[in-house]
Amino acid sequence: MDKILAIIIANLITNNYILFKFMGLCPFLGVSKETKPAISMGAAVIFVLILSCLMTWALYSYVLLPYHIEYMRTVVFILVIAASVQFIEMVILKISPALYKALGIYLPLITTNCVVLGVAVINTDDFFIAGKPIVGSFGYSILQALFAGLGFMLMLLLMSGIRERLELADVPESMDGLPIAFIIASIMGFAFMGFLGLKI
Amino acid sequence: MDNKFFVSSSPHIAKKEDVSIVMWTVNLALAPAGIIGIYIFGLHSLLLVAASTIAAVLTEAFMQNARRQKVTVSDGSAFMTGLLLAYNLPPNCPLWIGVIGSFFAIAIAKQAFGGLGRNIFNPALASRAFLLAAWPKHMTVFAKPFAYGVDAVTQATPLSLLKEGKASGLVDMGLSYWDLFIGNRGGSLGEVCILALLLGGLYLLYKRIITWHTPLSFILTVGIFTWAFGSKQGFFQGDFLFHILSGGLMLGAIFMATDYVTSPITKNGQVIFGVCCGLLTGIIRIWGGYPEGVCYSILIMNSVVPLIDRFVKPRRYGIVKVREEGKS
Amino acid sequence: MKKLWYEFVKGIFRENPIFFIVLGLCPTLAVSTSVNNAIGMGLAATFVLVCSNAFISMIRNFIPDKIRIPCYIVVIAAFVSIVEMVMKAYAPALDRALGVYVPLIVVNCIILGRAEAFASKNTVVSSIADGLGMGLGFTLALLIISTIRETLGAGKLAGLSISNTFEPAIILSLAPGALLILGLIMGGIKWIKSSRL
Repeated sequence: MDKILAIIIANLITNNYILFKFMGLCPFLGVSKETKPAISMGAAVIFVLILSCLMTWALYSYVLLPYHIEYMRTVVFILVIAASVQFIEMVILKISPALYKALGIYLPLITTNCVVLGVAVINTDDFFIAGKPIVGSFGYSILQALFAGLGFMLMLLLMSGIRERLELADVPESMDGLPIAFIIASIMGFAFMGFLGLKI
Repeated sequence: MDNKFFVSSSPHIAKKEDVSIVMWTVNLALAPAGIIGIYIFGLHSLLLVAASTIAAVLTEAFMQNARRQKVTVSDGSAFMTGLLLAYNLPPNCPLWIGVIGSFFAIAIAKQAFGGLGRNIFNPALASRAFLLAAWPKHMTVFAKPFAYGVDAVTQATPLSLLKEGKASGLVDMGLSYWDLFIGNRGGSLGEVCILALLLGGLYLLYKRIITWHTPLSFILTVGIFTWAFGSKQGFFQGDFLFHILSGGLMLGAIFMATDYVTSPITKNGQVIFGVCCGLLTGIIRIWGGYPEGVCYSILIMNSVVPLIDRFVKPRRYGIVKVREEGKS
Repeated sequence: MKKLWYEFVKGIFRENPIFFIVLGLCPTLAVSTSVNNAIGMGLAATFVLVCSNAFISMIRNFIPDKIRIPCYIVVIAAFVSIVEMVMKAYAPALDRALGVYVPLIVVNCIILGRAEAFASKNTVVSSIADGLGMGLGFTLALLIISTIRETLGAGKLAGLSISNTFEPAIILSLAPGALLILGLIMGGIKWIKSSRL
């Protein structure tokens, strides 16, 4: 139970992938100009994260480890991620064209979103010891993926609100755009550091 | 242009008051807490207040000059930022901390966003969070009250005693509620005297510069939350009065969570803002790694304000339309 | 020859991947806490960039257009795996310091970006020049950021203490400090550019 809460808090806030690990900064800066696309992007990332974590976990523990080809991890994982992005794209197109219209343009971008590969790699670092999955490893991996995605979505949402408001502000020309976005992210980082050491 | 901002986005101001009148009224309301803080902690805290405010005003003038804008330091907003920052610092911290803090607050947290009325985060709080993470050694050592001198004797704040498990309640700390109320405890320069802060708050209420919504909901939420979860013996046994009277809650709730620019426009939004600030403060105080969470909770909620304003607005048509589009 | 020189130099300054094109931020910010890490990451990325650029340019006429992106990614991932293994074997301390950010070189947008924008259309030699320039530009940017962060945030330079009286601002070696520094540098560059015009 403690471990579950610790994973949730770390992924959502104190080790947030955007603010504290810098993964997914490109979409964070690129898709945070308005709130609506930000939500869509967040949802798409959560989708891909969970699916790719399912598959990378299974491949790692049933293929890579038994055959001692762990060094193929990076190649295999990135292929799986690219494939699952393609797969999700096709499924969404089939099931809900409306959703596809909303998410469509973001899906290909997710392949190169560091969060997805980052979480998959971190899962194998965190939840496998000496080549064996720890107890509950699979559940933890999925939980990590889910809350990493939610944490990504949370920051994207907050950032989009702030940037929408800054549209109206008279930001100095040299700070406008990316520089001010970085400064906002850093002040958000200061603020969320208040949760460091949180234990429920 | 500044006048326009206040008139349009602050419906709770009844009169068309000039920015500078509002700002200087707030500064006046802040004065008692500072004077008592200086009385309690001695000469060094006076120098700290002076250093912070002067640095803030000079930075503002310099930045406005560099941006080729009219220099408006006489409106008192930069002064207020410097003052609030000094109130949030340990009374015995080096003067350069106050100077760097004021520079950060004005140059980065305010002017980089476009100046007065445009900042997303409360500059004084953003700067405090920056300083606390940058120089924790200086920011977590607090002077003992009435121990004047160059090398002042230090004393942990009641909240950090509680956090570190060195004391389980007021009696262990050798304090009473009255001590907390009048400010006879370790703490930041301007946060210790609750009485003076309340007087300032009442004056602002009377002047209709702030409304009761944010401060009351903030303080009540902290009270209820700490009452419910504040004790290890069981639910609803926490010492809520202790939590309300300690730390920077009063200073934050009355003077910083009510900042026009960085808090929601609508009354409902302000209540939501206050309640969320209270919840986050309670969570950090009880379960977090830091003893105090007021600064962080207000900063976090500052980043949520644009979303609150977006969804708690009388303008609901747009939102309904968006949802219907999604369904079809 | 002049053209090669041009391809090489553009990545270092005018089209610096970090400061001007703003790609590959994730490793930039994460590993720039110390100059040593920054150099390690910069050289690793440069190696991958040069090799993948050369290889992709070599096979550019054989890759079907539709699946070119997956092909590029596999090529890049293969070179990254080589870097990973070499680093684990010969520089384990650096490998531990860089951690997850080594495999993440795969999704560093600079590399895929150069493969798509340059190597797939140009000859092997000029692709190598381009990769080398971009890689060194990336390293240079990392070096600038890490120098600022290490001196101001830890009071050290390349692991050596610089002064006894200076009190470093610890925040700058933490994550939010990295974002702050990058924001200020980019603002500064924009300001210099606009005031020169």
